[in-house]
Amino acid sequence: MTAVAPVATTPGGSTPAKRGGAAGRPSVAAWLVAVPFLAFVGIFLVYPTVLVLFGAFQDSNGALTLGNLTTLFTGVVFDAFVRSIELSALTAVIGAIFGALLTWAVAVGKQEGMVRRVVVAASGVLAQFGGVPLAFAFLATIGFEGLVTKYLRDNVGIDIFAGSAWLFELPGLTLVYTFFQIPLMVIVFLPALDGLRPQWREANASLGGTSWTYWRHVGGPILTPPFLGALLLLFANAFSAYATAAALVSQGSPIVPLQIRGFLTGEVVLGQENLGKALGLGMVIVVSIAMGVNVLLQRRVAKWVR
Amino acid sequence: MGSLVKQRVLRTIILLVLGVYFILPLIAMAEFSTRGKGGSRSLESWTGIVDDEGLMEALVNSLLLSVTSAVLMLVLLVPTMAWIRLRLPQLQRLVEFLCLLPLAIPAIVLVVGMAPLYAWVNYFLGDSPLTLTFAYTILVLPFAYRAVDAGLAAIDLKTLAEAARSLGASWFTVLWKVVVPNIRVALIGASLLSVALVLGEFTIASLLNFDTLQVQVNLLGKRNAGVSIAVSLLCLLFAFVLLFALSYVGQRRRQTVVEE
Repeated sequence: MTAVAPVATTPGGSTPAKRGGAAGRPSVAAWLVAVPFLAFVGIFLVYPTVLVLFGAFQDSNGALTLGNLTTLFTGVVFDAFVRSIELSALTAVIGAIFGALLTWAVAVGKQEGMVRRVVVAASGVLAQFGGVPLAFAFLATIGFEGLVTKYLRDNVGIDIFAGSAWLFELPGLTLVYTFFQIPLMVIVFLPALDGLRPQWREANASLGGTSWTYWRHVGGPILTPPFLGALLLLFANAFSAYATAAALVSQGSPIVPLQIRGFLTGEVVLGQENLGKALGLGMVIVVSIAMGVNVLLQRRVAKWVR
Repeated sequence: MGSLVKQRVLRTIILLVLGVYFILPLIAMAEFSTRGKGGSRSLESWTGIVDDEGLMEALVNSLLLSVTSAVLMLVLLVPTMAWIRLRLPQLQRLVEFLCLLPLAIPAIVLVVGMAPLYAWVNYFLGDSPLTLTFAYTILVLPFAYRAVDAGLAAIDLKTLAEAARSLGASWFTVLWKVVVPNIRVALIGASLLSVALVLGEFTIASLLNFDTLQVQVNLLGKRNAGVSIAVSLLCLLFAFVLLFALSYVGQRRRQTVVEE
């Protein structure tokens, strides 16, 4: 291996040419290094994305149409979008509030303390990798034979499923989603709380301020933009989530990701082959709006902070 | 003093309440997976994990995938990102945009576009579950990009590279002997994150009909909830150990930076 080096480099010959490239425009050879990455991402990310976005505007014969998109605003598909947005907004608000409280409890503790380590690591697991295991965690807890269900039925005399199989419907999804929304809030919001300097609190106290004046005039205004940003991120996260809902709900498709599952697993009505792609486009649009508002918000803030 | 005491009490209450909220399902999983016949305790569900051939096969697939995806991610990302910082700053924005793009496109949407693509992949490369490596490398890009980017930003890449080049090192040597050792903590971080993500991935595997750990766990749940719950508990604990270890990796780097 090492024997190759002197032959391959030939420092005298190649260096001046390359240096010339670095000063002005990079040489063609310099661009070639980026080709494998760009080719890979082109094939496996850009191509599928384009396929979905353009497919949304085509009928089953490939002709241009707006039919798929107008279908988004009718019947079950539209209802699914409304439910998805409701579910995402509700769990984003719950997640943001309880997550912010938990973040505060972690942030006021020791920087390298055990509590912080455990909460942050556990939050990472639930926020990003929960998926299917989370659905089974709920079956074990409040499923028909779950620990809590059985306890309440045998010892307290309450049947939590007396009304309906709510765990497998929207209320159940809301409850399960808080289990990854609260942890995601911790991960996203912790850097903002860490950014509050203890000196500000001391300055407030030495000027005769109380806890209330501190949060009203210092902490609150500083944390509002990151809080709203995190809220939007949580919304996008819940809106995109699929695995937990798919493992929990096997019948019916109350939310958009499950509707898309229906299209992929073959419950397709003839002539609507591209409706799944239109649903995908709809999801991308909703997520992009949430992300776009977030970017604008943070840009605004960056202006005042300067 | 009064407000400090209040703060401590409030903190304890929050940690306790939310702690119970999050730990209860774990206890329930442990309880459920050790249920035997007629109210007794038994480890049948846990031994069932090893006995289930389909499950073990899927676990091997997932473990292999976590390695191949992490390797492909590193091979594609590290040279490109280092090169962009050194020689191709024009590409900086494009590569960042591409790497973060998967955050704006939910996996469930991506899989709609990948389904026709994978018809071709499986035609050329066979239908091994390992072909999922391509899809998973895309999924881990945003996380890996941030980790590698932070690693590269923390070192003086230009000076290091120029020093090595002036001593006659080839670009490959610069990458392998200078860049990689200097950002190894970031690379370990990126790899652990991608391992955790691949082991937990369900959406793409299940909709492209590949047999991975999560797909099997979900299927198994329909006939034997106990085993599925036992595996789910293991998955959560394993991911926790990975991320907990990661928190120490990050800490070591902070300390060395301070020392310098």
